[in-house]
Amino acid sequence: MIIAVMVTVYVVLDGFDIGAGAVHLFIAKNDTERRTILRAIGPVWDGNEVWLIAAGGTLYFAFPLLYASSFSGFYLPLIMVLWFLMLRGIGIEFRSHLGGGLWTAAFDFIFSTASVLLAIFFGAALGNVVRGVPLNADGYFFEPLWTDFRVGVNNGILDWYTVLTGVVALVTLIVHGSLYLTIKTESKVNSRSRRVASLLWPAQVLLTILSLVATLYIRPDVMTNFSKWPVGYVIPVIVAGCLVYLFVALRSKNDKGAFLASCGYIVGMLVGAAFALYPNVLPASTNPAYSLTIHNTATGAHGMQVGFVWWSLGMILAAVYFVFVYRMFRGKVRVEEGANEHGY
Amino acid sequence: MDSALLIHRLQFAFTITYHYLFPQLTMGLAPLIVILKTLAIKKNDETYNQAARFWAKIFGINFVIGVVTGIPMEFQFGTNWSHFSRFAGGVIGQTLAMEGCFAFFLESTFLGLFLYGEKRLSRGMHWFAALMVFVGSWASGFFIIATNAWMQNPVGYEKAPDGSVELASFWSLVLNPWAWLQYAHNMSGAVITGAFVMAAVGAFYVLSNRHVEQGRIFLRLGVIAGLIVSVLQLFPTGDWAGRMVAQRQPVTLAAMEALFDTQHGAPLVIIGQPDMTNRTIDNPILVPKMLSFLTYRRWNAEVKGLNEVPERDWPQNIPLLYFAYHIMVGLGTLFIAVMALAALLLWRGKLYDARWMLWILMLAFPLPYIANTAGWITAEMGRQPWLVYGLMRTEEGFSKMVSAGNGWFTFLGFAGMYTVLSFLFLFLIHREIERGPAPVTAPAQPQPGQLRPAELQ
Repeated sequence: MIIAVMVTVYVVLDGFDIGAGAVHLFIAKNDTERRTILRAIGPVWDGNEVWLIAAGGTLYFAFPLLYASSFSGFYLPLIMVLWFLMLRGIGIEFRSHLGGGLWTAAFDFIFSTASVLLAIFFGAALGNVVRGVPLNADGYFFEPLWTDFRVGVNNGILDWYTVLTGVVALVTLIVHGSLYLTIKTESKVNSRSRRVASLLWPAQVLLTILSLVATLYIRPDVMTNFSKWPVGYVIPVIVAGCLVYLFVALRSKNDKGAFLASCGYIVGMLVGAAFALYPNVLPASTNPAYSLTIHNTATGAHGMQVGFVWWSLGMILAAVYFVFVYRMFRGKVRVEEGANEHGY
Repeated sequence: MDSALLIHRLQFAFTITYHYLFPQLTMGLAPLIVILKTLAIKKNDETYNQAARFWAKIFGINFVIGVVTGIPMEFQFGTNWSHFSRFAGGVIGQTLAMEGCFAFFLESTFLGLFLYGEKRLSRGMHWFAALMVFVGSWASGFFIIATNAWMQNPVGYEKAPDGSVELASFWSLVLNPWAWLQYAHNMSGAVITGAFVMAAVGAFYVLSNRHVEQGRIFLRLGVIAGLIVSVLQLFPTGDWAGRMVAQRQPVTLAAMEALFDTQHGAPLVIIGQPDMTNRTIDNPILVPKMLSFLTYRRWNAEVKGLNEVPERDWPQNIPLLYFAYHIMVGLGTLFIAVMALAALLLWRGKLYDARWMLWILMLAFPLPYIANTAGWITAEMGRQPWLVYGLMRTEEGFSKMVSAGNGWFTFLGFAGMYTVLSFLFLFLIHREIERGPAPVTAPAQPQPGQLRPAELQ
């Protein structure tokens, strides 16, 4: 539960800076505009990434088996995610230190490419979790990057289904990031961001439906929980509602509303996936009995209780810092502010 | 050795060694920056703010590389050491997650405020941000050390039915005596790096007659702090660490000293190469009975030798362990000598004109990095063949599902990535040092808080 919350927070937060990174090259046409984008995410991006670390750590102590199994099974994509995270960090931080033509262009390219690939990999990872992985009786597995792109027992990380979820994630995060930029910027960057979001909105709707159908096709049993607890049907309604509201808000240039709708959409999609899988956390494509569930992966009671105490404390503190920083750097980032204390 | 095991160990050793080059400087600089900020307020002197700002930039660059190389460390527990994680995650996951939840949030938030918020914050708040960066980085260090200490000296756990371990007592985990002693030793080691680097940059400025006023501040603070922590490093923290190893990992102690036969009044080896075939030491220079005294405070105390235990329980690479340990101790002793001499000259008011001493200080900065690295090699090689001392052997812990080929692929990838990082890092640091702390009177710098003047162009 806690992990799910943290992962969701991470996706919502780092989602917009990954998304903003992905559109960075297209929305911003010149150096000043690119700097504006970087300044919009500059003060917050590494704080957002801390959520990933914190979620990883929490997963580690609360569900050691899940952590061990999924991290070694997704060995290749995870290590590559690390490389992309590094490249992105390098791009964003060092761009400001090494001013001037070629350096800037190189860092922009690195930053954007790494952001795009990260979005796709995160989406594909989620797709793998929904689809199931070839767990053995000990709860371990290993997937090569791809095998034959079919959904079956002999899975690779990428098959047609996970490529689809990767694209869903990319489009979703691009919309999300663009909406964040509409809030944080003015003039051309602002209007271009809004246009990107409007253009991609139909694609997002289409992909959402497509991924839903595909999920039902490869894993019909995801409906079990919905029939068991009909209250779960609220989730797809929320997702659809957010998508509609996103469109309305975009039309009326209600930037904050649109961004919130996008947050709601992401939360809804993730909660829906978690709800459908429950109590599985990593289903097996080999034999349902090998699936990892929250019951067979959780650590002992004492560790959980102690963890919960300090975890709550840590999260309250984190929330305080977080609000503080966002308040300090609130407001629009102006294109014409060439010189600023952020240095972006 | 199983080749998959070898590559998993190589990759972890490589990534952790590289990673720790950066946190040791940030943890070492953090308290020194707080001192500079305090002096600025106490003396109401902008020069010290200028100095703090310069070191904050160096800190910032190191912090970024520390973060990007640190994330792989947490991931690799799962990716490369999944059997270990499954076994021990319920215990050490606690401290690792606490690092994320407390230290990391704290450090990254306040570093952002410290670097970018000087204009928006009051003087007191800006000082407070510096203090919190210090607290955050040192808390981070503690949680990592507590994790390592559990692997060195497992406490507060109980066996679960499936063979893994679970947390039984949170307080014994964070109050592990090994953790606190190791922490003290490690942190004073980090400040040695910070102090030597600060003094080296100061010496460079004074020698090359640039930013002389700032250079003298760096020298003063670097030398005074350097002398204090160099002494602390040997006594009491080094002494504590050594006696704890003797008490809880006697085989490790014997291997560090390459002591094969159990002896009453065992000597301390100063120089000599371990000969593993004949189980002796070549061309030794010894201090008689010293090892017994240092370990047990009695000249004739018995120290157990390696021959007492079967070879399969020895650390696998005793020569490397032996040399890492001796390099650490040798350099540690040298640090005291260098800093004591520099402090004497400082006290007599001659340091800034003693060019030979400034040359030594300028060139000495790589040595603490070597000593800290050697110290960690001692700790980690010394723990072998155990991954968790007495509970899990290293060959049981790695990810059995990840083949050697995949391991080599990612290891080479990391090697390439870190090579690029190194060039970038050196370039950026070089540029900051070339640019130096902006002069106080320069009209281009009227506002505090403009941290990266190059961006203004």
